[in-house]
Amino acid sequence: MAKVLKLEVVTPERVSLQVEINSLVVPATEGSLGVLYNHAPLITGLEPGVLQYRQGEQTFFLAISNGFMEVADNLITVLVDTAEKPEEIDVERALAAKERAEKRLKEQKPGLDVHRAELALHRALARLKVADYKNVS
Amino acid sequence: MPSVRDIKRRMKSVESIQQITKAMKMVAASKLRRTQTAVIRSRPYTEKLQEILHKIVASAGEITHPLLVERPVKAVGIILITADKGLAGGYNARVQKLALEEATRFAEQEIEVDFIAVGNKGHDFLKRREQKIKTDIVGLNDVPTFSEAQRLSKLIVDSFLAGEYDRVYLVYQEFVTTVQQRPVVKQLLPLLYEKGEAEEKEYIYEPAPQEVLSILLPQYINNTMFHILTETKASEHGARMTAMTSATDNAEEMIEKLNLSYNRSRQAAITREISEIVGGADALEA
Repeated sequence: MAKVLKLEVVTPERVSLQVEINSLVVPATEGSLGVLYNHAPLITGLEPGVLQYRQGEQTFFLAISNGFMEVADNLITVLVDTAEKPEEIDVERALAAKERAEKRLKEQKPGLDVHRAELALHRALARLKVADYKNVS
Repeated sequence: MPSVRDIKRRMKSVESIQQITKAMKMVAASKLRRTQTAVIRSRPYTEKLQEILHKIVASAGEITHPLLVERPVKAVGIILITADKGLAGGYNARVQKLALEEATRFAEQEIEVDFIAVGNKGHDFLKRREQKIKTDIVGLNDVPTFSEAQRLSKLIVDSFLAGEYDRVYLVYQEFVTTVQQRPVVKQLLPLLYEKGEAEEKEYIYEPAPQEVLSILLPQYINNTMFHILTETKASEHGARMTAMTSATDNAEEMIEKLNLSYNRSRQAAITREISEIVGGADALEA
């Protein structure tokens, strides 16, 4: 593992992850984005979704909500509101949140904050997806 | 002089009060420790966020964003953060006083003032003083969560962007040390920022710096709010702990005094009885 990058996932409530990785894929605002060794300095926004990173042959997943990422000198800093490992996810709650958001978007009641509902839906979907990976591996 | 029984009764009641204050002190101390850990844990995020903000400001040159716009001040919002409960010494009273002073200062300049009361005590206080309260938020967690901060800042950002307020201030107790808090006024909106040094590294921004900024700023406000709520809670627990420590000490002192007068009146009663007996015996002999 010569060519390793440092990954730090930081949320307002704690530093939730600090590991050495080989590669990373994040849901950036402009679409999926991969980071490998010696990536150019970068600052980007992140959308709610699934963050994946590889350590050797193993792939790990995190459900993240919106935030940012900074890449510089092979140090990746991910700043997000929440970041959850598969075992930390409350599947029932995520399911309920998904249904609630879907219902809101379908009904389209006047005064609905569409953007917010969509974000909630994306967060819920990301959580469910990550929770699924736990069952597979 | 009160009777022996009365003193005994008072001692009992002071002792049970002391037990309660002692328990409250211990509870406050453990909550303080938890909030302090939360403050320390939130530091890396805050530092990193500020660092990125500086980088963007430095590399983007002039930046504009609705949350940075200075408008002529016609209406201000004051967020007063207090505790939900009392029994914390002068903790609530001091911020309340400061908030009211600020409000009066604005009123003299014919600026409209609206309050957002966080915490029961502040809400009741403002109501008694017949101040305008837009909303009140009570029942915050002892260790605030980020989503609580998010909810509060969304409310404030929305009213700021809608033009309801031209400036938003926070009035709260800053955490100095465990036993010392300082009431402060801080401007939340429009955001104040420092111009950083230009970076040597050329960053790729995705999307453009301006757009990254518009994602970052709301985040920044959320985080500031979270940080301040946590800090205020730490101050609250600290103040309560100090108040309860001195209450426990006072009770101790009182028990000592009562004990002394208890012994004294007990001794007096014995002396009286002896002199009565001696007097009776003398009378019989005579």
